[in-house]
Amino acid sequence: MATEQLHHTALTLVDHLPILEVLVPFVAAPLIVVLGSRKLAWPIAFVASAISFVIACLLLLQVLDGSYISYHIGGWAPPLGIEYRVDAANAFVLFLVSGISTVILPYARASLEAEIPRRSTTLLYALYLLCLTGLLGVVITGDAFNVFVFLEISSLSTYVLIAQGSHRDKRALTAAYDYLVMGTIGATFFVIGIGFLYMATGTLNMADMAERIAVQSDSRTIRAAFAFIVVGVGLKVAIYPLHLWLPNAYTFAPSAITAFLAGTATKVAIYVLLRFMFSVFQPGFVAQVPTLEVIILPFALLAMFGASLTAIFQRDLKRMLAYSSIAQIGYMLLGIAFFSQAGLMATMIQLFNHGITKAALFMGVGAFVLRAGGSFYHHLNGLGKSMPWTSAAMVIAGMSLIGIPGTAGFISKWLLVQAALDAGWWPIAILIVASSLLAVIYVWRMIETLYLTESKAELQARQAPMSMLIPLWIMALACIYFGLDSDLTLSASRTAAEGLLAGSTGME
Amino acid sequence: MRHHLILRVITKLLVGTIFLFALYVQFHGDYSPGGGFQAGVIMAAGFIIYGLVFTLKRVKQVFPPWLVHKLIALGVLIYAGTGIYSLLAGYAYLDYAALAPHHPEHGQHYGILIVELGVGITVTAVMVAVYYAFASRAPILSDEDW
Amino acid sequence: MDSGTLEFVIGHLNYWLFILLMMTGLYIVVAKGNLVKKIVGLNIFQTSVFMLYISIGKVTGGTAPIFPLDMKVDPDVVYSNPLPHVLILTAIVVGIATTSLGLALIIRIREEYHTIEEDQIAEIENAVLKSEQWASERATGEHS
Repeated sequence: MATEQLHHTALTLVDHLPILEVLVPFVAAPLIVVLGSRKLAWPIAFVASAISFVIACLLLLQVLDGSYISYHIGGWAPPLGIEYRVDAANAFVLFLVSGISTVILPYARASLEAEIPRRSTTLLYALYLLCLTGLLGVVITGDAFNVFVFLEISSLSTYVLIAQGSHRDKRALTAAYDYLVMGTIGATFFVIGIGFLYMATGTLNMADMAERIAVQSDSRTIRAAFAFIVVGVGLKVAIYPLHLWLPNAYTFAPSAITAFLAGTATKVAIYVLLRFMFSVFQPGFVAQVPTLEVIILPFALLAMFGASLTAIFQRDLKRMLAYSSIAQIGYMLLGIAFFSQAGLMATMIQLFNHGITKAALFMGVGAFVLRAGGSFYHHLNGLGKSMPWTSAAMVIAGMSLIGIPGTAGFISKWLLVQAALDAGWWPIAILIVASSLLAVIYVWRMIETLYLTESKAELQARQAPMSMLIPLWIMALACIYFGLDSDLTLSASRTAAEGLLAGSTGME
Repeated sequence: MRHHLILRVITKLLVGTIFLFALYVQFHGDYSPGGGFQAGVIMAAGFIIYGLVFTLKRVKQVFPPWLVHKLIALGVLIYAGTGIYSLLAGYAYLDYAALAPHHPEHGQHYGILIVELGVGITVTAVMVAVYYAFASRAPILSDEDW
Repeated sequence: MDSGTLEFVIGHLNYWLFILLMMTGLYIVVAKGNLVKKIVGLNIFQTSVFMLYISIGKVTGGTAPIFPLDMKVDPDVVYSNPLPHVLILTAIVVGIATTSLGLALIIRIREEYHTIEEDQIAEIENAVLKSEQWASERATGEHS
């Protein structure tokens, strides 16, 4: 037996940042349960989320120049061990997810108090942290099966968080159940795809897998794996025919939970799709198979128009915003379908901008639910006068949703149109503009209800509490800020797109 | 279940054996099929069969629900804590060599034992908690419902 | 049957069984209206995946991948691959969590809707939706 001590240099705190990003919320969740104190639950959750946000910022600053960070769990070197790998695409999504979570938590305190009974709040914050852990873990890991594990951690917590809406409306239970069945089928398809990849390559590390796939890209196993992975992840992304869980889940969940999920869950799934398509299977393989032209492009266009049209005819603001989310996801898929650096850059920026826009919009809806008692349009009549700050923030976020110049949404629409023109597909560019006009219709409906109708005399809503207004305005101002000074998002997206398109060499 | 003498006697004899077998499976994961998860389920089965035969109220006196919920979190903290200890010792997360720097193989042994213990505790508590949650809400079915 | 076809069927037996189970599970999820049966179908679907993983780990003539007591590794001994087993342990745990969560949701649905048949639940939800829409129309009708 070896008795000598292996030469070992101690790792510093900066080295440990990748694992701390996931570890802090992961340990905070059972800590809340062990302490069992209702007073400490929210502070622990907020501190854990804030620490994750700070770490995500530090990681992003480190990799903006195109390098990557690799962390070996357990000291085992990849490809044998599990590796956490951070590059620009990763770090950008980490920044988005942890940022939205940190801003939403102060808002959630007041919003959840009104919507769920007090005895459930301790466990709810623990579940919220587990959901955050799962989402951060999916993004940061470099091991394919680890993606599945964290994806299921986040999905299972999501099902429970959505079911908490049952205290207001019992349809949240069936919404959570439908999401559970569909989400599990999607995750199991994903794991079947990973199984086929493991069969063909013998490794689970994504960088190693990429090298081994490159030499056998015409094998039927690899193609079957690609199909299963795209469909499995596509269910989580809510690609148009697989989106049926989303409207009910977003409508009936508690408002703060909807705000968190709308800004993060589908974005993380799109990141997984991008990572697998471009870094593992690599652009060479994706160019061979007709997936982009036959599946992604038509369904992206269907989502953009079909979901926008459905959104116009909704009577419930929450449901309208849920359908609008499906349409905006269509834009992200369109960026992937262009298969160019401009297209991927547009996808990454749309991912970020839509995240902050939808989070702001759903936070505003939650404020309306708190003060006006519901989110249907007849509840919102005339709230522009009685809740001026909330309504103004909703207008700003609505303009970002349409893509008015000066807001973040404009940057992503502009890049999408540019990518379409670069690829020579000017009909698609016209379609992008046309679907933005549809967005104008449903956002205008919201503005008209808020400002141009009269409120019922007996229902005078008060101003939303400060703890909800401040996070809402932080998010709304972020929509404007990232529309005017988009250096950070543009450079991160550009580096991310370059890294993704470089395929396997991008992971060297 | 008051009338079923055979069930009650056999259960009383078996429950101890089940727990013993669960501990055996827990610590023999190195040499034979076993480990934390399997042992946790077997241990929970012991509590559940006691609860089925001797009523939920009595098994809740033996293993109170508040303890169950705390143990769920405690097992996770034990597992994560082993990793954090490695972090504090300057090694990578969950690098078991940190537990015995001069004998890395022994470190692996200790590390696996501790994390499997955490897993076993959590799985036992989770299974018992699931049983408590479902059994506590059993609605009284009236004759028309059948 | 010539030996090529026979080898194709028998040699790939685990894949055929995997496809059979997977399709059975998916059919049950889609076709059955009872919520509990859907969860059972989901379980069968997940079990088929477990079978796929474990069966690809088996090496013909391989023995259990455990070091002998004296730690001397015989280079001629073939070991089966232990990694798929580890992956499946994790996947089984995920499956159990999903099942118990699904069943807990069904218990709550039963308490709220008093039924666990999908079509009856859809009827109740449609009725709620209609009353919401009627209330919304009435309310906006008063304003315009």
